[in-house]
Amino acid sequence: MNETHITTDVVVIGAGPVGLFAVFELGLLDLKCHLIDILDRPGGQCAELYPEKPIYDIPGFSVISGQELTDNLMKQIEPFGAVFHYNRMINNVKKLDSGGFKVIDDEGQVYECKVVVVAAGGGSFQPKRPPVPGIEVFEDKSVFYSVRRMEEFKDQDIVIVGGGDSALDWVLSLQPLARSMTLVHRRDNFRAAPDSVNKMKELVAAGKMKLILGQIGELNGENGMLSSMTIKSADEVLSIPVTRLLPFFGLTMKLGPVADWGLDLENNLITVDTEKFETSVPGVFAIGDINTYPGKLKLILSGFHEGALMSQAAKRIISPDERIIFQYTTSSTKLQKKLGVK
Amino acid sequence: MTKITFVEANGTVHETQAENGASVMETALKNSVPGIVAECGGACTCATCHVYVGGEWTDKVGAPSAMEEDMLDFAFEVKPSSRLSCQIIVSDEFDGLVVNIPEQQG
Repeated sequence: MNETHITTDVVVIGAGPVGLFAVFELGLLDLKCHLIDILDRPGGQCAELYPEKPIYDIPGFSVISGQELTDNLMKQIEPFGAVFHYNRMINNVKKLDSGGFKVIDDEGQVYECKVVVVAAGGGSFQPKRPPVPGIEVFEDKSVFYSVRRMEEFKDQDIVIVGGGDSALDWVLSLQPLARSMTLVHRRDNFRAAPDSVNKMKELVAAGKMKLILGQIGELNGENGMLSSMTIKSADEVLSIPVTRLLPFFGLTMKLGPVADWGLDLENNLITVDTEKFETSVPGVFAIGDINTYPGKLKLILSGFHEGALMSQAAKRIISPDERIIFQYTTSSTKLQKKLGVK
Repeated sequence: MTKITFVEANGTVHETQAENGASVMETALKNSVPGIVAECGGACTCATCHVYVGGEWTDKVGAPSAMEEDMLDFAFEVKPSSRLSCQIIVSDEFDGLVVNIPEQQG
């Protein structure tokens, strides 16, 4: 919250492959970028959904994994000194009277920029909400999908659902301050690190917490405050007290706040022109999977092309009096200097 | 071609002709069967193509791999008959296969 007001040429929303390559194309035109992503690392879907899976349609690579592609792009854009802000979601994009934009993230950080590039892919990765009727009313009061303030959990009857590292790490961190701790998982097999699983089992053996094999049933409580819930196990339905519930079912893509920025949408995608990839709001561009236009193909390579053309248009907005000379990285000493080629 | 039937949670039945070698998930998408999201596109990393393979087909289709079983942790209302449809590859032996789609993919 106490970060300074950031001023930059371009804010790129989304640090997937297309957002990353946009930094390269913008950088060749001397434009500085800040990138914001909801994940804790670059790569977007490539990092979250298929880091180890092969991609076969990146020009010049007969096969490359999502992680390799991300690593290569990070190396390629290194000379341009882009600043990354992870674990943040952009809530607001406001046009300023002076031209330019004010972009605000969910932690209240303000970025002032001349151009906004939405490269948000399928939207933002958000925690999966269990399909329990009425769970919405408890959210942010007694049902949480992440732990922001540990004090919220002090002296509470905590139930954590899941079998991965998030679930087990929070079981171990919150157990000492909880009134009671219960871990619910659908099977007696955990994806989490074996060391965490062993520690959890020791706590169970010592009677300091409970492990129940089953799945979420119903939630009960009033005014958003949980009091009990049911757990469906193989042969019975248990009712247990709960005042704080933390379900960890991984992430899913949601369009999220993009829908509220006043950009024209079509089937939840941002409409753009195919000359500049500009949205209905001049100065806001959309590239990659999040945009749509006649003939659109959701391919990484299309996003790269869109980023190159977008950058030319962004440059014209930011430096209207400068003549843009089209150059090749192979032969231009000027571009090579920017890339740090010796 | 292999006949695969999808049954939505509300009971709507979709009969499809699947291509051998394709996944059951791909067959659903190709035939616009609602309820199969397949967010990750078949990489076994999202658990949004969850189906139930019930009755005689449970054994015929077989159990999920360890990786698939891990991913099922991210699905809801998981049953012993739960599978991720991107991991079931259509072949002649599956002619007549019926899969049920859960109410929500998360």
